Amino acid sequence: MTAATEPAETATATLPRKQSRFLRKMRASPAALLGGAIVLFFVVVALLAPILPIVDPVATDWMAVRQAPSAAHPFGTDEIGRDVLSRMVWGARASLLAGVISVAIAVCLGVPLGVMAGYFGGWTDAVISRVTEALLAAPFLILAIALAAFLGPSLTNAMIAIGLSAMPIFIRLARGQTMMVMTEDYVESARAVGLKPFALVSRYVVPNIFPPILVQATLTIATAIIAEASLSFLGLGQQPPAPSWGSMLNVAKNFLEQAPWMALYPGAGIFLVVLGFNLFGDGLRDALDPRDH
Amino acid sequence: MVTPKLTAFALAFGLAATALHAQDLRIGLQEDPDVLDPDQSRTFVGRIVYASLCDKLVDITPDLEIIPQLATGWEWSDDGLQLTMTLREGAVFHDGTPFNAEAVAANIDRSQNLPESRRKSELSSITGVEVVDDMTIRFTLGAPDATLLAQFADRAGMMLSPTAFEAAGTDLGLNPVCSGPFSFGERIQQDRIVLNRFADYWNADAINVDSVTFLPIPDTTVRLANLRAGDLDMLERLAATDVASVNNDEDLQLEQAVSLGYQGITINVNNGAGADNPLGQDARIRQALSLAIDRNVINQVVFEGAFAPGNQPFPPTSPWYNDAYPVPERDVEAARALLAEAGFADGIDITIQVTNNPVQLQMMQVVQSMASEAGINLELQAKEFATLLADQSAGDYTASQIGWSGRVDPDGNIHQFMTTDGGINDSDYSNPEVDRLLNEARTSTDMAVRQASYNAARDILIQDLPIVYLYHPTWIWALSNSVEGFTPYPDGMIRLEGVTLSE
Amino acid sequence: MLAFIGRRILIAIPTIILISIFVFTLQHLLPGDPILVLAGEERDPEVLEFLREKYRLNDPIPIQYLAWVGSALQGDLGISLRTNQPVLELIGEKLPVTLQLAVMALVFALVIGVPAGVLSAYKKGTWIDWVANVVALSGLSVPNFWLGIMMILLVSVKLGWLPASGYQPFSEDPLQSIRTMLMPAFVLGTALAATLMRHTRSAMLSVLQSDYIRTARAKGLAERVVLVKHALRNALVPIVTVTTLIFGELLAGAVLTEQIFTIPGFGKLVVDAVFNRDYAVVQGIVLCTGVAFIFMNILADVAYRVLNPRMRDK
Repeated sequence: MTAATEPAETATATLPRKQSRFLRKMRASPAALLGGAIVLFFVVVALLAPILPIVDPVATDWMAVRQAPSAAHPFGTDEIGRDVLSRMVWGARASLLAGVISVAIAVCLGVPLGVMAGYFGGWTDAVISRVTEALLAAPFLILAIALAAFLGPSLTNAMIAIGLSAMPIFIRLARGQTMMVMTEDYVESARAVGLKPFALVSRYVVPNIFPPILVQATLTIATAIIAEASLSFLGLGQQPPAPSWGSMLNVAKNFLEQAPWMALYPGAGIFLVVLGFNLFGDGLRDALDPRDH
Repeated sequence: MVTPKLTAFALAFGLAATALHAQDLRIGLQEDPDVLDPDQSRTFVGRIVYASLCDKLVDITPDLEIIPQLATGWEWSDDGLQLTMTLREGAVFHDGTPFNAEAVAANIDRSQNLPESRRKSELSSITGVEVVDDMTIRFTLGAPDATLLAQFADRAGMMLSPTAFEAAGTDLGLNPVCSGPFSFGERIQQDRIVLNRFADYWNADAINVDSVTFLPIPDTTVRLANLRAGDLDMLERLAATDVASVNNDEDLQLEQAVSLGYQGITINVNNGAGADNPLGQDARIRQALSLAIDRNVINQVVFEGAFAPGNQPFPPTSPWYNDAYPVPERDVEAARALLAEAGFADGIDITIQVTNNPVQLQMMQVVQSMASEAGINLELQAKEFATLLADQSAGDYTASQIGWSGRVDPDGNIHQFMTTDGGINDSDYSNPEVDRLLNEARTSTDMAVRQASYNAARDILIQDLPIVYLYHPTWIWALSNSVEGFTPYPDGMIRLEGVTLSE
Repeated sequence: MLAFIGRRILIAIPTIILISIFVFTLQHLLPGDPILVLAGEERDPEVLEFLREKYRLNDPIPIQYLAWVGSALQGDLGISLRTNQPVLELIGEKLPVTLQLAVMALVFALVIGVPAGVLSAYKKGTWIDWVANVVALSGLSVPNFWLGIMMILLVSVKLGWLPASGYQPFSEDPLQSIRTMLMPAFVLGTALAATLMRHTRSAMLSVLQSDYIRTARAKGLAERVVLVKHALRNALVPIVTVTTLIFGELLAGAVLTEQIFTIPGFGKLVVDAVFNRDYAVVQGIVLCTGVAFIFMNILADVAYRVLNPRMRDK
């Protein structure tokens, strides 16, 4: 009994120290701070979209088609006279939502499967691992395209398609981490004294695999945002009149010469938000890395 | 420091590259053609390649008159049941097989009887083929068919070497052997199709380039970029929104022709459960939708005025267009009144499927915005083309934005869409009077009779509106100034007779 | 070692079978009737029915799958519904294209990623490290298709330096071939450079902390010699492994980059085939790239063991 509870106590005891070290490292990394700031900015903008003083993102104006940036339309107007700034703001919602939800799908499906494979081993592991490998061997974007085509073009379906395509990474990661945790002495002894699998997993495995999963999730959000933009670019994501950065680019590519602002802003938006997640995820990884470089 | 070095590097590379360009005409296509067998192929873009590869029995002028090609003359019997054609002497296929009446008979047989043939319905009126002599052939028809010559001006009239197709069977498309001005060189899927000048072509003097390379480049911006960079000599289907910019470019020229086709909204009026809604059941709502749309604004906003607004299967410039029904002005009040009459004074919700192509989506968003002002709330359902087609054919739709590439004979733009059991009648529209009129137009060789039949059918169809026509695209070609002698045709083909390339 | 390779290959077989089942099932579930697409504007019901029979589309999916496996085992991957070309021939046609793009992209990635990683590890914690990191991550964060379009506009249209798109076989005109692929390879390479840079940096960091580097420095060797001869050589193991894995992914073709630059490789072929419902082509390409991917994975494992003596005993 004591053997089983002891490590948990040590874990709680070290938590504040770990936490402060984590914060210290995050603060010391300007790149991570910059990334966090960018992400925060876009999240705030996306959340505030309904109350920001911008025009209706779907209001058309035949008299103002593809107008260059001006006081009335700071980012110009698009192919049917809609305000690009407003569509950028609302498009941020689509992009962030697509990133977060598809990764949530991938984590919610992938982590339990990975933990099961790592925990039970044997046949369970063999089956899950083979399926994971097969999914990994099919190229991510092609898988997402096929799934999105199967489900029909829409933002929701694009999220599901991306989530399913990103799932194998999390299965693999969770499996590896679980296997590592399972070999720890304190886990082995907890198992020996007959702790139920569910309790064991929730008490030891989950807290231990949480940091790497969090890092991977942050970085995968970046990938997922690009994937959503790619699907929308191919016409398989967000459908008009609702805006998303990818679908804005899909239209804008026909007007590069006449209306470069239509391509410039959504492209820059994707770039910045993805860079933000990548920088933040990198900082997170360094800060959570037990090996101190 | 870096820039001059890079420039020198680029220059050195550039010189090496231009030295290789000789008299190869490079044409940018919007899509990659499908199988290169006229009996099996189906895409519009494939026909552009055939225009250089495969001669037909007859051809058309830019004014759509039928003129000789492999057939030098023809004569109808008085009852319109026999067509006798005199064939061109001295024409040979690319493999050396001579062109004669036997070859024509074998080709018609293949088009009609190859199980994979997509030309069956186009030639269904032919019941017998008779080789009168080496250079004369006679077709016997089951019923008079005014469209037959126009069919012979397209894929159904393309002549393939019988030697080649007997040997290759359905694989002919991998190495097509015809008798056109160019012979097949090589094809790399999605990359290029190369055709070489055929020295023994009967009209070889009119051909001035050594080879022609077709390069499928789907992205319009990239296609134009290639033309500007000199990697293409001409391209087809320039985006309407790029017309102004090409006009301003001193190195480029522009050619255009209003197409034979149309774009519109096909409405499910009877095709299964999908028709069971107010739009499908009440013509007044379809009329209201049509009245809510400003076709001129669509043309200005989406196509910068380059296309032709329309309300019939034939463009207003066509001799078959019914002037009694000009393109309607937008009338929101009248649309609202019709809706109220139909019991939808408070507005109505309608779902329309549309292909997930940016231009069609843009166009339909304009329609959506206009319709909403008349109380018609359109929900756009974007689908992949393959899905849209299957749903439309199965009747699993309310309304569908789709178009038709157009045919030389007016029959091809209307009969199969509007007659009961018509091959592409996805509305499942059925009206015995319309059937009678359109069949009559098909069997008469008298232009005045045909015109009267089409006009009478229009009187009915303009009320019933199973298809709300919106506009007729314009084929737009952009060419480098080094290309001369190109003639635009309303069928969108690229005919290379008389085209020269100066360097 | 041989036993290790043998075991890896054995494990790969069920994976490959699984891939083929996934792809087969998925695409037969796709909405849309391939025969309707195939028939286009021609809809004679008799012809449609004949084509359905010919391509066995009326059979239940498991029967169709078994038929496909049967002919695949005899080296027949079917034909493209769209062009009638045998799929195997298509694969042979696209392989050199994708291979060339992959190699050139990898060269860009290595040339940018490895030096950046070394520099950033060496100058750890300074602004150089920081800038290198942000620049590398920027490459990873730019959407490929956007960068591609912008480059076409700038380099081809405005400056006229490179062809805007297309492909020239290397065997026909090597110089033009490389010129044509320079831009797409760069676009792909920038994204991969970030991955390589990160791995190089972390590998270099662990090596630089090791005792023998301290010894080398103590011996008074020049910094450059220490860095390249001693540190980088020892950091090569993870770099080689990652490079092999990246190459495996590149072999699947770069979907959007190939689409933008109209490069007739695997990526463009497979996407167009999905949209055209050209079943046999999708099936054949995914199978082929899947096998390539697994093969590169095995190769990476082998390389890791060969280069890393400590792993050999395990």
